[in-house]
Amino acid sequence: MVDTEGGRAAGQSASEESLFVEALRGGDELAFAHAVDRFTPAMLRLARVYGLGAEACEDVVQETWLRVLRSLDQFGGRSSFRTWLFAILGNCALGRARADRRFVSVSSTESEGGPAVDESRFFPAQHPRWAGAWTTLVDSWETIPDERLLAGEARDRFRAAIDELPARHAAVFVLRDVEGWSSDEVCLVLELSPENQRVLLHRARTRLRTALEEYLGRRPA
Amino acid sequence: MSDQPAFVCQEIVELVTEYLDGGLEPSERLAFERHVAICPPCRGYLSQLRRVSRVAGGLSEDDVPESLRTSLLEAFRGWKSGPRAK
Repeated sequence: MVDTEGGRAAGQSASEESLFVEALRGGDELAFAHAVDRFTPAMLRLARVYGLGAEACEDVVQETWLRVLRSLDQFGGRSSFRTWLFAILGNCALGRARADRRFVSVSSTESEGGPAVDESRFFPAQHPRWAGAWTTLVDSWETIPDERLLAGEARDRFRAAIDELPARHAAVFVLRDVEGWSSDEVCLVLELSPENQRVLLHRARTRLRTALEEYLGRRPA
Repeated sequence: MSDQPAFVCQEIVELVTEYLDGGLEPSERLAFERHVAICPPCRGYLSQLRRVSRVAGGLSEDDVPESLRTSLLEAFRGWKSGPRAK
């Protein structure tokens, strides 16, 4: 499911959200089950970008929900419930990754990653006429149906390429493009400036584009 | 002569996300669109990045592993019956 309406569920207003939080506070299991079904898949996907295995991701999700329940009284509604929930998840996942001694880079926008497209595909800056212009054609992929990119090997390759991204890049990509969140909310959850967020998203998209291009180039259309 | 910015392809490929997010200044946006309108490889590149974003949206799955769901609901019941500050 992709939420496109800010941090709140489609059609859910701030007052409905506060009713939902009140229901949780009152111990309404149905409200909790609904929230689990709605948020947990994306929580698992975000936890995964911190280099955690499936079991550790589930532990992190469980720890997050427990922390949320224990601190419900501190939720003041200044952010949406989802923003609050995922910020807690990010802290739990990071704590777990560190406890497992996994290297997770979180603070920088990392100049690593290089240019969006390899320099060799452009005329050099000294070229008298075509400096910085493509030396090759670029296929628009318009003739390739989505189904082909979303099934079987292409899907596996795409997922693997996401897993290979640095954690911060993958976190932004998962929330923005897989989950469809707004840049404002992603900045809040991951504590990024809008500029950093955009750089990370662009790096992630360009790396995934390269991975898809390589995959498509190796296979007959 | 105008003082409108003009981009080469190697710059365009670095600006696509900013363009798609509406982050470019109006004059830059215009220059970006003018370039892409007459440059098939950059048009292809823009289309590819849009595609990456769209394909990613098709990756989301909504299933919660049943064992996790069960243990979360158990944890909820434990929390509910335990001592809670009102």
